[in-house]
Amino acid sequence: MSVLDVKNVRKAFGDHVVLDGIDLSIDQHEVVVLIGASGSGKSTLLRTINLIERVDDGQILLNGDDLTDPTVDQDAARARIGVVFQHFNLFPHLRVIDNVTLAARKVHRASKSEAYARGTELLEQLGLGAKAREFPDRLSGGQQQRVAIVRAVMTDPELLLLDEITSALDPQLVGEVLDLVRVLRDRGSTMLMATHEMSFAREVADRIVFMKGGRIVEQGTPAQILDTPQHPDTIAFLERERRGGAL
Amino acid sequence: MLIALISSVVFVVVVGWAILSSPGWEDVRRSFFNVDVALASFPSVLAGLWVNIQVLIVAAISVAILGTTLAVLRSLRGPVFFPLRALATVYTDLFRGIPLLIVLYLVGFGLPALGVFGRVPVVLWGTVAIVLTYSAYIAEVLRAGMEAVHPSQRVAARSLGLTHGQTLRIVVIPQGVRKVVPALMNDFVSMQKDVGLISVLGAVDAVRAAQIAAAQSYNFTPYIVAALLFVAMALPMIRLTDYVSARLARREQMGGVV
Repeated sequence: MSVLDVKNVRKAFGDHVVLDGIDLSIDQHEVVVLIGASGSGKSTLLRTINLIERVDDGQILLNGDDLTDPTVDQDAARARIGVVFQHFNLFPHLRVIDNVTLAARKVHRASKSEAYARGTELLEQLGLGAKAREFPDRLSGGQQQRVAIVRAVMTDPELLLLDEITSALDPQLVGEVLDLVRVLRDRGSTMLMATHEMSFAREVADRIVFMKGGRIVEQGTPAQILDTPQHPDTIAFLERERRGGAL
Repeated sequence: MLIALISSVVFVVVVGWAILSSPGWEDVRRSFFNVDVALASFPSVLAGLWVNIQVLIVAAISVAILGTTLAVLRSLRGPVFFPLRALATVYTDLFRGIPLLIVLYLVGFGLPALGVFGRVPVVLWGTVAIVLTYSAYIAEVLRAGMEAVHPSQRVAARSLGLTHGQTLRIVVIPQGVRKVVPALMNDFVSMQKDVGLISVLGAVDAVRAAQIAAAQSYNFTPYIVAALLFVAMALPMIRLTDYVSARLARREQMGGVV
């Protein structure tokens, strides 16, 4: 059974159509990577799935529950999905441990000691144990993004959305973040991520989806999309990426 | 250091000489700086200042609550909240516009005249007037702070499943307040002296006590006593404001000399 079903989702900002009928399903434990140029609708698609943007038309189902139903509790729906942002978006006035445990304490109503114990354990497992009592601005970009990832997975979300999570990082910090994503994949997280890291996409993705102009142009295994793309737009995009040295 | 010292001494000597050599100085000294009158009026003025301090404490807490409420109301989105938003906007427009003195008269003499409140001490009406006016100012300062918090912080909080209210309380307001701490402290300093205005309602605070002592002694020295006491009360907060502002400025522009 699929974790996520996006059905014919449309979204426009004024006259500008950003999502032009998106259909996408993601199975349990599947890792799907969205590629495409800036403005192709990748980020907006992620934001609509997490109900940060309202869809104009279409449906989004999470494990069978229609999140676009107007009667649905949107806060509860968002709590079922983990999100990691390009610019980390950690809360600068809260210590790392409080960032990480906020949702567990305030949304899932875990006791403070329970949440702290779990948060500390998770941070230690992922090599951030020493940073638990620090404020985010004392951490490197890579560390901050890893904390943001821990924050997102802390409450075992049914789906994890990663939006260009390495784009704001210095090149030498990208590796540690991607290592953490590998760990999550190996733990069986269901993930949908937008990225420009083509070699990483090839490595972790079960499926790559190429978007252009708010539509899904082509999708398939990493080998199909990256080695033998069929659609001329995919070929042109990959050609540009190659010349940019990203592949 | 030496330059600062020399220039300070020269400045004080020049200004001091200018005042002391003025034709009316002897009269001014007698009616404003009379040591005997100062000592005689000191206890009653100090007792009056205690009233001001009580008013200040109650008002500061009330302003924090009402000001935050107004700021939150003004930041509500969505058509459903239009009436609340409009109400808060009208309120802040109104009370930032009306001089505090007029608010004091309206509240202090107008509300009791309605005859529904029983016998309420004038000090309390004075406090209410100060709270009404200052809440409007504080609400605007807080709103500016909240709007300065980057929208991505809200998005991150809501993505975790936090409600709108939780997002405001845990993420937006704490960060927003931090951004406007110097402005808030400055308003607090300004409120410290404005509590002296409740004397116009007849409350026997430091200003009123000084007025009474002045009338009894035919001498203005009690006002100087009251003024010095107000300054003494405000100084710690003023210095603290300077310190906090300087510290924030240092954090904002590390290493800059300008």
